Amino acid sequence: MPHSIVVIGGGATGTGTARDLAMRGFNVTLVERGNLTEGTTGRTHGHLHSGARYAVSDQESAVDCMQENRILRDIAGHCIEDTGGLFVQLEGDPDEYFEKKLEDCEECGIPTEVISGEEARRREPYLSANVERAIWVPDGAIDPFRLCVANAADAVDHGATVETHAEVVDVLVDDGSVTGVEIERHGPTYLGKGSEGDIETLQADYVVSATGAWAGQLAEMAGIELKMSISKGAMVVTNVRQLDTVINRCLPKGEGDTIIPHETTVLLGANDDPVDDPDNYPEEQREVDMMIDIAAEMVPVVADARMIRAYWGVRPLYDPDPRSTTDPGDVTRNYFILDHAERDSVEGFASVVGGKLTTYREMSESVADHVCEAFGVDATCRTHEKPLPGSTDPSALDDRMDEFDLRSPIARRSRQRLGDRAPEVLDIDGANPTICACEGVSRAEIQDAIGRVGANLNGVRLQTRASMGNCQGGFCTHRLGAELYLDHERGAARDEIDRLYQERWKGQRHTLWGEQLSQAMLNHMLHATTMNHDADPAVFDDEIDYGAYDSGVAAEGSHGD
Amino acid sequence: MAIESDVLVVGGGISGVTSAVAAARNGADVRLISHKKTTLRQASGLVDGLGYVPGRSQSTDREGSPSQKRRDFREFRDNRSEYWGPLITPFDGIDSLPDGHPYSVLGADALRSGLSLFDDLVGDSYLGGHTEKNALVPTFGGTVKPTARYPRAAAAGIASDNRSMLVAGFRSFTDFDARMVADNLEAAGVPFEVTGAEIAFADLFPADAEVTRFAKALDHDERIDGTPARQALADAVSPHVGDAERVGFPALLGDDNADEVRAELEERLGAAVFEIPTGPPSLPGLRLEDRLYAALDAEGVKYETGCPVVGYETAAGTPSRVETVLVDRSGQEIPYSASAFVLATGGFVGKGLDSDRDRVFEPVFDCHVPQPPDRYDWFVDDAFGDHPYARFGVNPDATMRPLDADGDPEFTNLYAAGSAVGGADVAREKSASGVSLATGAVAGRAAAAAIDDLNLELGTTEI
Ligand SMILES: Cc1cc2nc3c(=O)[nH]c(=O)nc-3n(C[C@H](O)[C@H](O)[C@H](O)COP(=O)(O)OP(=O)(O)OC[C@H]3O[C@@H](n4cnc5c(N)ncnc54)[C@H](O)[C@@H]3O)c2cc1C
Ligand SMILES: Cc1cc2nc3c(=O)[nH]c(=O)nc-3n(C[C@H](O)[C@H](O)[C@H](O)COP(=O)(O)OP(=O)(O)OC[C@H]3O[C@@H](n4cnc5c(N)ncnc54)[C@H](O)[C@@H]3O)c2cc1C
Repeated sequence: MPHSIVVIGGGATGTGTARDLAMRGFNVTLVERGNLTEGTTGRTHGHLHSGARYAVSDQESAVDCMQENRILRDIAGHCIEDTGGLFVQLEGDPDEYFEKKLEDCEECGIPTEVISGEEARRREPYLSANVERAIWVPDGAIDPFRLCVANAADAVDHGATVETHAEVVDVLVDDGSVTGVEIERHGPTYLGKGSEGDIETLQADYVVSATGAWAGQLAEMAGIELKMSISKGAMVVTNVRQLDTVINRCLPKGEGDTIIPHETTVLLGANDDPVDDPDNYPEEQREVDMMIDIAAEMVPVVADARMIRAYWGVRPLYDPDPRSTTDPGDVTRNYFILDHAERDSVEGFASVVGGKLTTYREMSESVADHVCEAFGVDATCRTHEKPLPGSTDPSALDDRMDEFDLRSPIARRSRQRLGDRAPEVLDIDGANPTICACEGVSRAEIQDAIGRVGANLNGVRLQTRASMGNCQGGFCTHRLGAELYLDHERGAARDEIDRLYQERWKGQRHTLWGEQLSQAMLNHMLHATTMNHDADPAVFDDEIDYGAYDSGVAAEGSHGD
Repeated sequence: MAIESDVLVVGGGISGVTSAVAAARNGADVRLISHKKTTLRQASGLVDGLGYVPGRSQSTDREGSPSQKRRDFREFRDNRSEYWGPLITPFDGIDSLPDGHPYSVLGADALRSGLSLFDDLVGDSYLGGHTEKNALVPTFGGTVKPTARYPRAAAAGIASDNRSMLVAGFRSFTDFDARMVADNLEAAGVPFEVTGAEIAFADLFPADAEVTRFAKALDHDERIDGTPARQALADAVSPHVGDAERVGFPALLGDDNADEVRAELEERLGAAVFEIPTGPPSLPGLRLEDRLYAALDAEGVKYETGCPVVGYETAAGTPSRVETVLVDRSGQEIPYSASAFVLATGGFVGKGLDSDRDRVFEPVFDCHVPQPPDRYDWFVDDAFGDHPYARFGVNPDATMRPLDADGDPEFTNLYAAGSAVGGADVAREKSASGVSLATGAVAGRAAAAAIDDLNLELGTTEI
């Protein structure tokens, strides 16, 4: 019997760990309180670091980033866009730092190329005239949603079980050893298992907490004190892609000075402010304004660009020596495996904290090594050489797209999203109309996602990007609801429409001016005026006396007056 | 030389047309200038009067910044501030509206006169004028909503009619799933049997064909795989009709020949046929737009669309009087002068209101738009809560003159109508077109009356 391991946390680290352990033959159950990527992973900036950002201040992280950057290009090609990155020096930015950055990159093994301001503007015409020169580095953009899904899918293919909407409410400790966890379900899992309110116990020989910013809470459930140094950051989303290259400012202390192209948008971010509670911290106007103002110094057009939403994430940082750190921006980006047997005398339990999205695989490998060691299992890691599902040769699919009744820009987008799963997903009976026009998502993709995540439109969104474009779901939330109506419980579609509509509103609130405010009004008119979505009597259990209203009868036959 | 008229209406939506006609009927020579045609292209074509009224206490659901706190959608639903309704008649609710609401400012008779002007303009293509009661009509979101006037094409769908209903949807038309609409209507307690069926008819068209494409095929009864379109549609639906006495479709049953299309389908199906209005592009909205523009011709109002008003000028020495507006015609600014002007440029959707990170403004005359100074107070956290932004607009006096921050008219001869006017959350109240009609009727009349005053005034100064 293989040892049973519970991995808590459905972010990059948790899904990566589940995959690694499952590949090494363990009996793995992954538990996540929401959808996959519900935590920080779904709220990152999506920067596939080359390490250049940390080359001066945090070389260990820089080296890790470069190494993982290379590996991810091999195993997760369909989650990465090879944009390259530029560190730009604006008029007045110190030369010494520019030179130091170059030197330190070289020391860390990060390839660089220095280009002139003109050359930088030739590559990215919207760059400011004040850019004097720039360092090119192998940065990229990474899609965390596809990455986690691919990791989880591969874990499942290796025998793991994934429990979504299952919150760990207790870590069970017996006589100094962790024996499992207690979960409370917030709804059925993506496979439709269980229902809201169910409490269940999952026994385990070992528990790995990959809960990032929440690691302190999980440790506390096992009676362990673990203080995280978490910090929030805001990111603002533009409606078009003004750039195809990652842009960084070449300054010693950068906050909010990175611009990342992502799908149809560009993401501006992110500041770095300490917070206490990862579930409850203020989202402030000044942060949104700051992201725009700082980005506009490098790329002036963003000052007047249409912003479609803003979102926040919390960094799961851990500071082994908090007394010597004075600035939150200086907390190391390194990761740590905290062995609670050694650290706190609680056996069978480890937390993996810190790190970056870029280094998730290495973190997973380390914690999996640690588990192997704990059981004396001799199994080597293969996650760096085995490609993730979907990543092999997406381009071979070009010729087959017509078969699936997809308009060509949509076909191209679907292919990018689906990688080598495209033929299987797009082969449906009957019509394949577009459901989300902003992001070009067709019925087949939506149906595939529903098959994977169940009656859960936020999950569908994360898998497909439906509702993530200009209109922020105004024109497709109801269409998405209609797509899951047939196969699910009565009322589920209506609730899911409401849930997604509220979720989309959450991010738009921060960019309500200009065209996005006009869009919000149009959405409001469509949903409240045309549909009466806000006052549906079925939702509010209102009894209506239908007989009291115009019955139309008098109108019959009275042609005109 | 400026182009002249007595009254110049800026904006060609339902409020612009209403004010133009109201002014013309009061003897003015009227001209209407509009940038885009109207937001009717997006609208359902229903003409709402007043369906819900906000509770007296309006809640802001947050203090300070929004936060990351995980909030379930049900929490929003449960705490949503109360709106009373659906009202049996729009006039039941007017007394309980807040003070700044246009209906409170103008009174119930303004709505009555706006609606009767509308009835007159659209003739028998709209129903509902036989009673003051609201009609409850099915929405494509799968519930019912109160409205004051509805197109003839929607009439057989009324929910206070006990006839059994089939809702038909098309698989490749994704606005709604007919089975979901039918089930949701049942959940809303409608007093009749309702079933839904999805049919493959539209699959015969290219993927993602627009509603206008279907409408055209039905208008001209084009052959689809050899069968005339209307017959093909009836054949596809017939097997599902069963005992249903009426059949509802997404609103795509013809454009120019819609009555004929419906009549033929009714005959072939042996049941009444109606349309359920859907989202943009909306055929019922486009049909209404055609009617209104035809009415402008009939009333002798000259109009131009495709050219925005980009600025205005006051006469030397009288900064409180608008003398001309500047119209951008292919890059050239042409002055148009008039004795009185009506601002009917719409709200955020029509572009009569605009905003940046610091403020909300009215772009043509820069009329005062009351608003909280902090952008984060423009909205609340419930997507359907009491959003201040939904009520933004100019603040009028009882003759519809926009007032400045001190409560004085911005200009002596400028009137406002429609969604450019603030004070109402027309979406939650279900009052959008009603507010446009009421304010349009008053603004048009007042503008026409102002020319007489002006002539008097000028007459006296000359002596
Ligand atoms: C603003 C910002 C920008 C960033 N930008 C980048 C970037 O550009 N590039 C980069 O490489 N890195 C970036 N990072 C860092 C990176 O996003 C994180 O390090 C990484 O996503 C962490 O992944 P994780 O799996 O460890 O944690 P998470 O993704 O947070 O996963 C933890 C999971 O545990 C779940 N959980 C919590 N409590 C429980 C419970 N009781 N029961 C069950 N499940 C539970 C949570 O729901 C969550 O899904 C950024 C971070 C922030 C905040
Ligand atoms: C999605 C949606 C659904 C709706 N559903 C309903 C419904 O079910 N029931 C209902 O009663 N009402 C409904 N309405 C509301 C209704 O259609 C009108 O939008 C509303 O009554 C306001 O009309 P308006 O004439 O003030 O403005 P608009 O229709 O917005 O017209 C304003 C006009 O002014 C023009 N304009 C703007 N700026 C300038 C300028 N500088 N120079 C020249 N022209 C300019 C615009 O191009 C536009 O043509 C809906 C609206 C929308 C958007």
